Amino acid sequence: MNTLANSAAVAPPGRIRMLRKRYFPTPLQGLVSVVSAGLLALILWKLLNWAFLSAVFGADGSAADCRAAGGACWSVIANRWRIIFFGLYPYAEQWRSALACVAVVAMIVLSCIPSFWRPWRLAAVWIVGTAIYYILMKGGVLGLRYVGEEQWGGLALTLFIFVATCLIGFPLSIVLALLRRSNLPVISRGTGLLIDAVRSLPLLAILFAFAVVVPFMLPGWLQTGKLYRVVFGAGLFFAAYQAEIIRGGLQGVPRGQEEAAMALGIGYWHRVGKILLPQAMRNALPATINQFVIGFKETSLVIVVGFFEILASGNAAYGTGEWTFAYREVYAFIALIYFVFTYSLSRYGAYLERRMAISSR
Amino acid sequence: MVSLLRQQKVRNILLQALFVGIVLLVVIGGWRNAQHALSAQNVVSGFGFLHKSTGWDVNFSLLPASPNDPYWWFFVIGIVNTLFLGVLGLMLATFIGGLVGLSRTSSNDLLQLLGRIYVDFFRNIPLILQVFFWYSLVTNLPSPRNAIEFGPLTMSNRGVYMPALNVGGWYMFAATVTLLLALVLPLWLRTTRRLASPPEQRGALVRGVLAGGLLLTAAILLLGRTPGVALIDPPQLQGLNVRGGLRVSPEFTALLVAIGIYGGAYIGEIVRGGFKAVGKGQTEAAHSLGLSPWQSFSRIRLPLALRAMLPILANQYIWLIKATTLGIAVGFTDFFMIVAVTINQSGQTLEAIGILMAGFLAINLSIAAIFNRINRAIALKGNQLRS
Repeated sequence: MNTLANSAAVAPPGRIRMLRKRYFPTPLQGLVSVVSAGLLALILWKLLNWAFLSAVFGADGSAADCRAAGGACWSVIANRWRIIFFGLYPYAEQWRSALACVAVVAMIVLSCIPSFWRPWRLAAVWIVGTAIYYILMKGGVLGLRYVGEEQWGGLALTLFIFVATCLIGFPLSIVLALLRRSNLPVISRGTGLLIDAVRSLPLLAILFAFAVVVPFMLPGWLQTGKLYRVVFGAGLFFAAYQAEIIRGGLQGVPRGQEEAAMALGIGYWHRVGKILLPQAMRNALPATINQFVIGFKETSLVIVVGFFEILASGNAAYGTGEWTFAYREVYAFIALIYFVFTYSLSRYGAYLERRMAISSR
Repeated sequence: MVSLLRQQKVRNILLQALFVGIVLLVVIGGWRNAQHALSAQNVVSGFGFLHKSTGWDVNFSLLPASPNDPYWWFFVIGIVNTLFLGVLGLMLATFIGGLVGLSRTSSNDLLQLLGRIYVDFFRNIPLILQVFFWYSLVTNLPSPRNAIEFGPLTMSNRGVYMPALNVGGWYMFAATVTLLLALVLPLWLRTTRRLASPPEQRGALVRGVLAGGLLLTAAILLLGRTPGVALIDPPQLQGLNVRGGLRVSPEFTALLVAIGIYGGAYIGEIVRGGFKAVGKGQTEAAHSLGLSPWQSFSRIRLPLALRAMLPILANQYIWLIKATTLGIAVGFTDFFMIVAVTINQSGQTLEAIGILMAGFLAINLSIAAIFNRINRAIALKGNQLRS
């Protein structure tokens, strides 16, 4: 009793003691804590100062105002946000582009809700969402003015490339994964070769090949717009990676499951569709979300084959006239847009992982 | 007929024949169409064009290059450029990734938070956006006349200048190779089991090889120095330009920095995963044996974590080498850009794409082979990684 009271008297009160134990257990650790805290504060302060305190907001800020203020010049965004979001889409019709973006985002959000995870519901959501996007963007029906693909741009084009890549890539990846684990040696080897060849190439090379080389190889009746070819290339690349993820998921399904299904006389399609794939998808879910995140980031590569997606329109937004100095603001803005999408997707993936860890306990 | 189709064996053969047929149809059809289209454009197919001179120049090359050089030489230059950028990028990314990974596994919350902010920030922004950003940053630096001097570096919108050595080209190459050998050979000597003596007794040999290698490098540098000028050639402002030193172009700087920072975020996560894979029991055992925190880190946790992260690291390295193709976005003549320009200039589309595929396949396979070897060499017997 006595010793307990003594130690309580010597030691500082609870919270401070906890803090000291946490951040200053040894002098070296204390130094590390102080330096880290200082670095954090410095970054935070610099960022705050640049982005808000000495920044110029509003569309009427001029280049000279920005130089005088010394901080970020958000006037460039206020003046050029339409280019960044919609690219070269006709000015009067840009509300369509905005609505199309909303439709796509809603579709992505819907497909993150577990009650939509039935093959048919997912397929329906994606097909309806993409159709709405396509009709809104392209027009030509329902009294909407026709706008060709070469005028699409900005965030709307980025979202289209992402959605189309997923729509082509995901079903294709299931097919490739099933072909690769086929019992027939020619089919499994051949598919394996295709998957490995695609995976060993950089995506940029594949996009380039589909933009420049493939038109030579296609017969006349298959010649489509460059956008669709490039999207198909991106989908193929996505599928090659995703097929390996699904294969990993399939390998995680206990062998007994398939054997039991065979013993019960269940046919191939039921066995794969109702027993193997649902469990494999569950195993592969975290890696799949990660692959979607990567896929979203990699849409930006189409700028190299000459599309006016969000990065290219950002370059155009600061590249002309009085705003040539404002590259930081434009890139920061675009980075923020990418960050919002990819970070929320990857947080969602982490949440799913936790959820699954609890339910499989 | 129907009963024949119901037989498993017959069906299997038919299915495989169908598969082969479809593949052949696509490949041969595509090939014939391409031949047709290309001959309509008066392009002679075949690899004869490799010996023609290119007529265009590259903006970065470690090897001598001129527009009179043949295409095959340009492909070699491209591969060397890609490997050069790739290997430097890998080294930078591994260094940053090691720091980030360690900070994320540290027991200090604040340090962990720093690492986490780094990873979350740089991993969620596309690499090409980061390349563009750094490129704009370098090209928006002041002109050489007002260049920023930062330690030994001089930075201007024409690139970053750093001190160079006044040493002839081939001597420089030889010195680099010796230096690498001097660093790698001792590592190998310390771990290999090929030699008769046990690895623990080779301390003197290892130190000797290291010292000998370093001395040899210095000797080669001294031998190859350009007579009459100082060995070290620092960049100096002279009139409107920077004289002397080694100029690193804005393109190369942007790519190297972007790949290093972006790759560092990914490698940091791999390092963290590696340390997480080391069982708690191992650390506790080290503690109870009375090892100091540093000993327990360097002798127990690090070697085990390294083994856990190697296979994933190999994939990441392959990915990073492939990321050098972004050079085309800012105009750095890497392998891919040379292939793209070749297609543009000569029209030899199929051949150039074939060379591109072969080149990347070779690079990927060699990285995989190197890592497999390392993996096998350091693999542990038993299940020490588990508990």
